[in-house]
Amino acid sequence: MPEITYREAVRHALAEELERDENVVLMGEEVAQFNGAYKVSEGLLEKFGPKRIVDTPITEAGFIGTGIGASMLGIRPVMELMFWSFYSVAFDQILNNAANVRYMSGGLINCPIVIRGPANGGTNVGATHSHTPENVLANHPGVKVVVPATPADAKGLLKSAIRDNDPVFFLENTMLYGLKGEVSEDKDLLIPLGVADVKREGTDLTIVTYGRSVLHSLEAAEKLAKEEKINVEVVDLRSIRPLDIDTVLKSVAKTHRVLIVEEQKPFASVGTQLGFMIQEEAFDQLDAPIIRVTTIDAPAIYSPPVEVEQLPNVDRVYTAALQAVKS
Amino acid sequence: MVSKETPTTTITDAAKAAINAQLSADEKIELYRKMVRIRRFEERSLRAYQSKKIGGFLHLYIGQEAVAVGACSLMGEHDHVITAYRDHGHAIAVGMETGPLMAELYGKVTGCSKGKGGSMHYFAPDKNYWGGHGIVGGQIPLGTGLAYGVKYQGKKGSAMAFMGDGAVNQGAVHEAMNLAGLWDLPCVFVIENNRYSMGTSQIRSSAGPGLAERAAGYGIHWAKCLGHDVYEVRACLNDCLELARNESKPSVVEIDTYRYRGHSVADPDKTYRTRDEIDEYRKNKDPIAVFQRELSDEGVLNEDLIKEIDTAAREEAEKAATFAEESPFPTPADIQRDVYWETDHPEQRTSKGRLFFS
Ligand SMILES: Cc1ncc(C[n+]2csc(CCOP(=O)(O)OP(=O)(O)O)c2C)c(N)n1
Repeated sequence: MPEITYREAVRHALAEELERDENVVLMGEEVAQFNGAYKVSEGLLEKFGPKRIVDTPITEAGFIGTGIGASMLGIRPVMELMFWSFYSVAFDQILNNAANVRYMSGGLINCPIVIRGPANGGTNVGATHSHTPENVLANHPGVKVVVPATPADAKGLLKSAIRDNDPVFFLENTMLYGLKGEVSEDKDLLIPLGVADVKREGTDLTIVTYGRSVLHSLEAAEKLAKEEKINVEVVDLRSIRPLDIDTVLKSVAKTHRVLIVEEQKPFASVGTQLGFMIQEEAFDQLDAPIIRVTTIDAPAIYSPPVEVEQLPNVDRVYTAALQAVKS
Repeated sequence: MVSKETPTTTITDAAKAAINAQLSADEKIELYRKMVRIRRFEERSLRAYQSKKIGGFLHLYIGQEAVAVGACSLMGEHDHVITAYRDHGHAIAVGMETGPLMAELYGKVTGCSKGKGGSMHYFAPDKNYWGGHGIVGGQIPLGTGLAYGVKYQGKKGSAMAFMGDGAVNQGAVHEAMNLAGLWDLPCVFVIENNRYSMGTSQIRSSAGPGLAERAAGYGIHWAKCLGHDVYEVRACLNDCLELARNESKPSVVEIDTYRYRGHSVADPDKTYRTRDEIDEYRKNKDPIAVFQRELSDEGVLNEDLIKEIDTAAREEAEKAATFAEESPFPTPADIQRDVYWETDHPEQRTSKGRLFFS
């Protein structure tokens, strides 16, 4: 299988789905003529033309709302937020309309929209540009929230998201766009939403994680194996809602210890939810308290060397994993 | 198709407008010096960025200096300013010192925001400067709020809220304009039309005949002027500020200007405009060159003084960079400072519940 970047994987998924279904359109700020702020949509305007690849003004509430409206008619819009951080500008449309319309209409109206774009910190752009909104989004029944960690997952999950009949929020991590990995060229390679992936098998500790933290966790796990003979299992959730808690529980039954790693502030986060569900369904399996590594609880700091410390990193995962195993 | 390029009103004899006629030679030199200082500061910051001393984004204001300098030179005790992420020019124009500004770009604890905000988030409330803001258009309702505060406190003042041509399309901008019109708030909405939002020309982003014209829908006074001539900026904005201060009326001003650099340093302009277009502006409408000519004709500037101002500005920028280089970074413990007033002032803490923090 060819090795491509995460950025290319997203682009290939878009191109293949645009080709497959003429109801698919890509819309957003600078996606067409400028090839996307992060160059995800490079070449798509040339290939699919301005009817399918649409530049919008800087009007998040307006264009996201337009996409939601179009999706009610059966169009399958993929909306790019230049940064997921700007979801707040379109918040009313996303939550009051996209998340609710199917329910409020008693199932009469579907909303097959995908909203996607880069999220998370790590690029030193400060508090307004470093949001991790997956917990806020996932708090709303009616929506799906997907966070791929590898190029292959990015492609397979995005294709599924575009074919899904519900609103799917697809959070790419800015720091991952350059990551390379093997990706199948099968045009129908779909990874179903809501299936977690055991990225590394192990027996001593379960790390439950998603997004860029998967990479930190895998690296820490390799180090722990080498230096401490500790065998860590890494479960990548891949989607936050639907949430594959069964795969997590199966792993907990094997290792009896849990570390949650998330690039989220800790209060009311995805990890908070996970910790509760694990104790609810597998309390008897636990040999030690669940612990977690999160973003340090504050708005994103700009200062580049300090932002590195604010986010989960390999060292922090390593130390916490040791603590989890030794407690 | 109706052309979306509207003719721009030119104020004839802006230099002779009362607000400019009363300027002393020293004051004129100070206006000129500020523009040069902004430019040299930004050129120095660009070099620091290229040598990877600065992270994140760096949006340069080069080409637009006459707007911030002209506007901020009109500020009195109760006049306030707020702007977007392209905020270095306004910060220097309101009188912030370049050392802490450069240190902020370097992410140092001596930065004006202690290394927490970066390039897009300069603030100096002691200079009535309410910041650089990263969400396009998000600062405009805040500007309306500043004007509300001025009026509420019974002060004879105003708030100038700056935005780019792209920002004008945001819903929040129009909600803010409506409120300002509805409540007669002393707000001056300043559109710095540099013709592009990132890679999108104004013609591709905005419906209707023009940007300032939209104010008519809210019954708000509007005006347009050219932005490369600091006299003209001052003459035009002064009328609006007087309207705000004396009659508590808002206005919308669209200023025709241009940025030489890409949208940000990380995002150079290769595709959406021509070299010729940039060179054309630089040659004929560079705000510093234009003012230099004007002041030389008036006999206020001469070769020696021009050189002296430029050398001083370069030295100042270099000193700012040295200050930034030599300053320490924040520590990880600083991450959780400045989040809550209460945690920074534990002795005066009033909350009973836990903040679940630290
Ligand atoms: C709500 C929001 N959407 C998108 C962006 C990304 N963005 C930053 S600057 C910019 C262009 C803004 O152009 P304009 O308002 O004309 O200001 P200029 O850059 O020309 O000074 C965009 C799209 C943002 N920061 N905030």
